[in-house]
Amino acid sequence: MTFTSIIWKELRERPTAMITSVLSILLGVTALVAIRNVSVFSEQEVAGKLDTLGANVLVLPKGVTLQDYYAADMHEETIPEQHVAELALAGLTGVEGLSPKLCVPIKLQEKSATLTGILPQADLQTMAAWQGGRLFKKHVGCKAKINVANAQDDAPEALARRRTIQELHDHEAVIGADIAGTLGLNTGDAVDMLGETFTVIATLEPTGTIDDTRVFAHLHTVQRLAGAGEVVNVIEVMGCCEDVANGLVDQLGTMLPDTRIVTIANVVETQVSINRMMTRLSYLFLAILIAVGGASMASAMYANVMERRREIGTLMALGATRRFVTRLFLVKAGLLGLAGGLGGYLLGSGLALVLGPNFAGVAVQPIPSLALIAAGTAVLVSFAASYFPARRAAGLDPCLCFQEV
Amino acid sequence: MLRLEQVSKVYRKRGEEIAALQTTNLEIADGDFVAIIGPSGSGKTTLLSTLGGMLAPTTGKMWIDDQSVYDLPVADRARLRQEKIGFVFQTFNLVPYLTARENVSIPMYLAGMTPAAQRERATELLESVGLAERMEHKPSELSTGQQQRVALARTLANNPDLILADEPTGNLDPASRQMVLSYFEKFNQTGKTIVMVTHDIAAARTAKRMLNLSEGVLEGIPHEPVLKSA
Ligand SMILES: Nc1ncnc2c1ncn2[C@@H]1O[C@H](COP(=O)(O)OP(=O)(O)OP(=O)(O)O)[C@@H](O)[C@H]1O
Ligand SMILES: [Mg+2]
Repeated sequence: MTFTSIIWKELRERPTAMITSVLSILLGVTALVAIRNVSVFSEQEVAGKLDTLGANVLVLPKGVTLQDYYAADMHEETIPEQHVAELALAGLTGVEGLSPKLCVPIKLQEKSATLTGILPQADLQTMAAWQGGRLFKKHVGCKAKINVANAQDDAPEALARRRTIQELHDHEAVIGADIAGTLGLNTGDAVDMLGETFTVIATLEPTGTIDDTRVFAHLHTVQRLAGAGEVVNVIEVMGCCEDVANGLVDQLGTMLPDTRIVTIANVVETQVSINRMMTRLSYLFLAILIAVGGASMASAMYANVMERRREIGTLMALGATRRFVTRLFLVKAGLLGLAGGLGGYLLGSGLALVLGPNFAGVAVQPIPSLALIAAGTAVLVSFAASYFPARRAAGLDPCLCFQEV
Repeated sequence: MLRLEQVSKVYRKRGEEIAALQTTNLEIADGDFVAIIGPSGSGKTTLLSTLGGMLAPTTGKMWIDDQSVYDLPVADRARLRQEKIGFVFQTFNLVPYLTARENVSIPMYLAGMTPAAQRERATELLESVGLAERMEHKPSELSTGQQQRVALARTLANNPDLILADEPTGNLDPASRQMVLSYFEKFNQTGKTIVMVTHDIAAARTAKRMLNLSEGVLEGIPHEPVLKSA
């Protein structure tokens, strides 16, 4: 016989007595793990967006609100294209690039797609040079690598990543990954859109964003074919680094009073506040775990000690020390806590896989290190709850062994 | 040798005092077999608990082989019980969720014996009390007589010098009672000291020495042992 075999056999004999308390710890841990798991991925996503897009500012029509940065141009309202020239000529410090967009829904070989008109950087540079202005000025103390568009970096294939393109001619098109995939389009193919034929000059890498379902063409071509006039849905202003984004908001706001200026921080605001709420919720569940799980463990342990008084007295008569008796209950509590913690981790990770995409809009994967935290917390709660019952057991009078029943 | 020196026990409960054991002097030599009889409430269990190192007397000292037991720390007293004392209970006190063999193993486990050695000795002991076929049975699957035999095997596990028994035959049918008494005689013949507390005068007569406890006062009864197994 060994120490653990005594504990296992006792547990096996009366499993129901401890089930409620293990279950309540398990449920507490489940909720904690699920929430933590989702919020870790949600925070990662926010951080990722801020990292890649943090320097950018969107110039939108007044009435537009948006949730998804990448879909900033997917709406009906427009602003004059004139604003692009105004911005180019203003020589705003720290602005590396401007990308106006106009979207129109189209049918492409019977498939719905979005035709997005963009202005190649070459056009902008010509415009600025022509007017004698310098488009891109670094601000004082900027540590960012200069990222001004050039023919080498801003090849059509890099459009999805760089969000700008150097050259794009009248009847050329760049195709998003999904569309290219489903329609089997390759570089050099010809496609018909809005009654005219375009040559595919590049297909894009998948990005996981809405850009994958877009077809890009020259802004002016799209304006002409859609009969939209000289308007755009959005102007994306690329700053050199995050430091300028906030300053730009003020400057742009005064320059273009009939528009709405939005930073990526504004876009992810909702997600940030959801994350904050999830963090608070996880504290609440921790409190519930400690209160409910702990209390139910404590009372079950206490009942277990009372039920086993004569057994404990007998063990003491046979030579068991108080330390041994304390250990008997604490190790049992530890095992139960471990079971609740690991079970809760598995259940919580499973729950997060469902909740993440459906409620928080983020893809989620199990986080192995959470298993350690979950098990640790559960064991700690279980220990703490069983401390006094175990002390009580160790303090029992060995003379109990002589009492009848 | 076991010796009580001016030992008395007073229980104090909510301001009330119960003198369970009057000032008592007692010497029990190694290899003795003492029966203590007395009516219910006379202090028999109190005396036995004190002899077992589990109940500190209100006054006086208790010695086991020149060791003043109640001057030892609690943990040392537990070790002393584990090494030198075996208990037999009226209600057997087998651990309900353990098999006969595991119950017999408990004292050996507490003494730090390896599982294999525990198993081997437990098997031997259970065979010696005629329970070779019942090793893997739990107490609830055994008759009361069989349960007490498992308890006897457990008592012998660490080969104690002293056996303390509280009403060991109280819950048994006549045949099982007879059997337990003859085991006691056998243990005594192998040199173990036995102190048995009982209501049962006939059972007490099998002991070498008889003492009467009445309202906490202990006194000897003149007596010639009746040898059952002879
Ligand atoms: N833990 C205790 N607290 C207070 N009083 C006690 C305690 N244990 C025993 N007593 C009292 O001490 C006296 C002696 O009790 P004890 O159990 O020793 O008697 P006993 O001779 O073993 O009786 P029985 O034959 O019924 O087992 C009784 O009056 C009893 O009520
Ligand atoms: Mg008694």
